[in-house]
Amino acid sequence: MKKRSKDGLLIAPLYVFTLLFVAAPLLYMLALSFMQRAEVWGVEAAFSLDSYRKILQPVYRDTFVESVKLAFTTTFLTLLVGYPFGYFMARLPAKRKSLVMLLVVIPFWTNALMRMYGWMILFRSNGLAEQALLRFGLIEDSLKLLYNYKAVLAGMVYALLPFMVLAVYSSAEKMDWSLVEAAKDLGAKNWQAFATVTLKLTLPGILSGVILVFIPSMGLFFIADILGGGKIMLVGNLIRDQLMSTRDWPFAAALSVVLMAFTMLFIWTYRKITHSDELEGLL
Amino acid sequence: MEEKKTRSRKKKRIRPSDCYLGVLLALMYLPILMVILYSFNASKTSVVWGGFTLSWYEEMLHDRGLLQALQNSVVLGLSASAIAGVIGTLGAVGMSRVHFRSKGMLDYLILVPIMVPEIILGMVFMVFFSLLSLPFGMTTLVLGHSAFCVPYVYMMVKARLIGIDKSYAEAARDLGARERQVFFDITLPLIAPAIASGMLLSFAMSLDDVVISIFVAGARISTLPVKIYTQLKTGVTPEINALCTLMLAVTIFLVLLSGRLQKKKL
Repeated sequence: MKKRSKDGLLIAPLYVFTLLFVAAPLLYMLALSFMQRAEVWGVEAAFSLDSYRKILQPVYRDTFVESVKLAFTTTFLTLLVGYPFGYFMARLPAKRKSLVMLLVVIPFWTNALMRMYGWMILFRSNGLAEQALLRFGLIEDSLKLLYNYKAVLAGMVYALLPFMVLAVYSSAEKMDWSLVEAAKDLGAKNWQAFATVTLKLTLPGILSGVILVFIPSMGLFFIADILGGGKIMLVGNLIRDQLMSTRDWPFAAALSVVLMAFTMLFIWTYRKITHSDELEGLL
Repeated sequence: MEEKKTRSRKKKRIRPSDCYLGVLLALMYLPILMVILYSFNASKTSVVWGGFTLSWYEEMLHDRGLLQALQNSVVLGLSASAIAGVIGTLGAVGMSRVHFRSKGMLDYLILVPIMVPEIILGMVFMVFFSLLSLPFGMTTLVLGHSAFCVPYVYMMVKARLIGIDKSYAEAARDLGARERQVFFDITLPLIAPAIASGMLLSFAMSLDDVVISIFVAGARISTLPVKIYTQLKTGVTPEINALCTLMLAVTIFLVLLSGRLQKKKL
């Protein structure tokens, strides 16, 4: 009995911290989303669904739809590029594998802003990419590679690719390759073995990668700011503006609640499909 | 098996899969290399190359605003990872021992800060701290950053604890060690590498964070990423390149260190 109470003390800080700085703020966000914006400053504690109604206004609804579209496209592209990467990486000989792993982890730990900045240097008008293309005669005029939708999309894919790669790698690494061999021995062609065995066994990695890419891509407002030149508006930018400039906090909270609902839906689906609590390749 | 070996020996040529990895890695690193390259560029506009110089590094060292931001970022990273180290470690050890009704719930809640989009975390902290009327500044920054650092340490220590043979602690208890001694002499040394790499990751993530910092820093205090962000929106000087290069060096050092720690076998 005595031992038990001491062990209980060990988790006390974590318990208190989580309740105070995770649970309480999130509950407050939920409450706030049902409050009203005060006439002059701050919020009024009166129940209202105005903020949620506001999301349905065409301007804001369009922003939401655009964000979801961008997030889907980003996720699809990172999967397309990242899956083969993670898969090939898992098949490398041990020594080269750890080298490639190191090379993937470094950008993952590196400041995303800095990587965006490098991206800008490379693709700005008259930048290195354009000069190279001009020199080889592939283009004749400036391409205007930055400050548009495609630039934001490319930046998102670039920023989030390591997440997908690590997730896919993590499940491909754990895979029992003899099952693939078995499928082939039983007469499956390469693509059949891949489609029926490999794809299924790496599914947790794929799903985890999809979550780790989709969820942040709804909120990364700084990429839209920097690479979109202020022309691209995502849910993240909307929340930021509502908080910092328009100061309609209940509306910002309602937007966050909807975004949070998306997140939880994704994670719930992941748990249902994989029967696992932990996301592949999160660490 | 035999056949496979000869086949792989025959294939000394470069495989397409290796090409794919190589090309993508090159693309991944090209932007980073550009930042480094132009930190040594004597020309002020980063379009033309004007020769090698170290003057941007010199200028950086004389920029008081930048140095202040650097100091803030380091203090913030150290405090947040220290807090996360203590709370996360004790929590993971405790959770492995006790069972209670809300355990599953708590286990889920702990990870929420690294699952939800950062913008939600930033938003939530901004409104919550104003509700508590905490003045925005270093305190709010440290609290906000600790929130997403705790899960990293917690997860790493938890994973390590699963791999530890329970009989070590039992043997110590059988030999008469008290709980305190078991913790400090057996458990702690075994999980120390996980704590250290969790804290390193926390430090790196804190140094990386711009979203949460923007919301909870307030008007008077700035961190390095926030400074870089503002400059990227308004206009960059190559000083920022120099700064980014230094930060990259620190990051690589942290990654290597963490890799070494994780390789240590039980």
